[in-house]
Amino acid sequence: MKKIVLMGNPNVGKSVVFSRLTGAKVIASNYPGTTVDFLKGKMRLDKETVEIIDAPGTYSLEPSNKAEEVAVKMLDQADLVINVVDATNLERNLFLTLELLEKNTPVVVALNIWDETKHIGISINVKKLEELLKVPVITTTAVTGEGIKELVSRLHEATSLGKINKPTKEEERWIAIGHIIKEVQNVTHRHHTIKDRIAEATIKPFTGIPIAVIVIFISFWIVRFIGENLIGYVFEPLFNLYRPIAMSISDWLGPGIFHDVLIGRLIEGEIDYGQSMGMLTTGLFVPFGMVLPYIIAFYLMLAILEDSGYLPRLATLTDNVFHKLGMHGHGIVPVFLGLGCNVPGALAARTLETRKQRFISATLMAIAVPCMAQIAMIFGILGPYGILYIFLVFGTLFIIYVIAGLILNRYVKGESPEIFLEIPPYRKPSIITILKKTWMRIRWFLTEAIPFLFLGVLLINILYVVGFLEWLGTAFAPVTEIWLGLPKESSIALLVGFLRKDLAVGMLLPLGMTPMQLVIATTILAIYFPCVATFAVLVKELGVKDMIKSTGIMIATALVVGSILRILLIVI
Amino acid sequence: MEKPITKIKEGKKATIVRLIGGHGFQRRLRTMGIREGKVVEVVTRHPFGGPLVVEVDGRDTTIGRGMAERIIVKE
Repeated sequence: MKKIVLMGNPNVGKSVVFSRLTGAKVIASNYPGTTVDFLKGKMRLDKETVEIIDAPGTYSLEPSNKAEEVAVKMLDQADLVINVVDATNLERNLFLTLELLEKNTPVVVALNIWDETKHIGISINVKKLEELLKVPVITTTAVTGEGIKELVSRLHEATSLGKINKPTKEEERWIAIGHIIKEVQNVTHRHHTIKDRIAEATIKPFTGIPIAVIVIFISFWIVRFIGENLIGYVFEPLFNLYRPIAMSISDWLGPGIFHDVLIGRLIEGEIDYGQSMGMLTTGLFVPFGMVLPYIIAFYLMLAILEDSGYLPRLATLTDNVFHKLGMHGHGIVPVFLGLGCNVPGALAARTLETRKQRFISATLMAIAVPCMAQIAMIFGILGPYGILYIFLVFGTLFIIYVIAGLILNRYVKGESPEIFLEIPPYRKPSIITILKKTWMRIRWFLTEAIPFLFLGVLLINILYVVGFLEWLGTAFAPVTEIWLGLPKESSIALLVGFLRKDLAVGMLLPLGMTPMQLVIATTILAIYFPCVATFAVLVKELGVKDMIKSTGIMIATALVVGSILRILLIVI
Repeated sequence: MEKPITKIKEGKKATIVRLIGGHGFQRRLRTMGIREGKVVEVVTRHPFGGPLVVEVDGRDTTIGRGMAERIIVKE
């Protein structure tokens, strides 16, 4: 099959062009031998099906990180390249264009974000640009879909200039760009608009930080609002419809091991989705009825923040703090993704440049960033006692993140390079791209995380039925009882937490603990170990040796923090 | 007078004279628009050794303080 590769700088609307070209069937996959993921889709072209690949954004063909390396490798397999160029930022973008034209692959240039050039006083002579570059140049506004048809219809005109354009030196390229810009572009000077003022206010520290706090607060409020309504109006009614079916399965199975594993305990003769603990009851309800709605809401909100251009500003504002923790502002991204599900959070750590940064980012996330499943359960358990207790848990986790980061930055060897980030202008996000992005992430959660969750419940139930958990719980009881001051039975919950953090939090409920004990137990549960799915990803990302170190740090932190909390909250 | 861009006040403009660093460093800056002869405006300097935000060709870029020290400008 013919391969068309989309190449361009970051923030040029490449993925919007991609989603305009491809149908609904888009696959995210890892580039072989690397951990960089990219999108792949198909489209019909001249009665032929061709593959379209969305390469990671790159500024040049001399890569400066893993993602750019992949982009360059993809170029070698391409039959045709669509070079997506930001029309409002032509000069910079042309560097990659000239590099591409020196290769032997046919190129078409999509001059994207065309509509905005008029607003900001840039005029580009497209005919002239086409003449100078000697390849088709099509103006597009991918967000509205304008120009996409023409782009497709002119793909066959793509030409390769490899033989004409000999590889040039970097300096010569800049000179050539200077000439092109002089010939084709005319910029009318414009005064700063209100939009510019707002953009500036969000990146300056004294105005930007309060705005960031408000933005984050509103975002989480929206996530909660959407999540709660999805549960109330969609998922709970669905599970109520399912209840009689589960009951008839329960009747049909009768008491025994299968009933214990599949349905679990009946509470007053009825299935209790929260406490029955069977695979087909609690095992289904917690991931789908409680966690999935929040995952949907969370990733929707995240995609909006990403595509509007706010995240790079947040990274700039938080850079100072993150730099002192051994990372840089980009470290906010794994934290944000991790709040949805720790697995994508762990994967996002790879966007940081050095081993030291990745190690710190992944370890801190595993320790102090609870996933949506845990957050939902923490709210569920501590909510009735008051917001103060919830605040205690999150406040503690935040303090741990900072202190552990300061310590790790001091003792982990290696470099931590500084932030260097282009700040794209604010743009109205494209609805289709947002929905596609959200759907890709949800699908990822459904296919990658849910099987682990399901397997977790199965394993827990089997271990419970054979009495292994009881035994292990007793063996570990001294640690929880003496060190942490928690009831003996909570050790079982802590062990289960390795497989299913959310269920483990639920298991704390019937133990009749005081609110303060619950605070300690839920905090420890968040810190001491990531769930098995995250654990597996971290082993892959960090390597076995670093993961052993990371695990040691997690357990040590849990024990230290647990005893400090005990002294602070209970003894005093 | 030539000086690092970190010495330029917020809201003031300057012209880039030279970049101090290896080939990779210079290339990275140039491909993101920060190159010799360009006029830059310092949008903001984050306190306590935080990053600088500079504007070149109407586009903002965040640069760590250490990197910014190696961008030499003339007012």
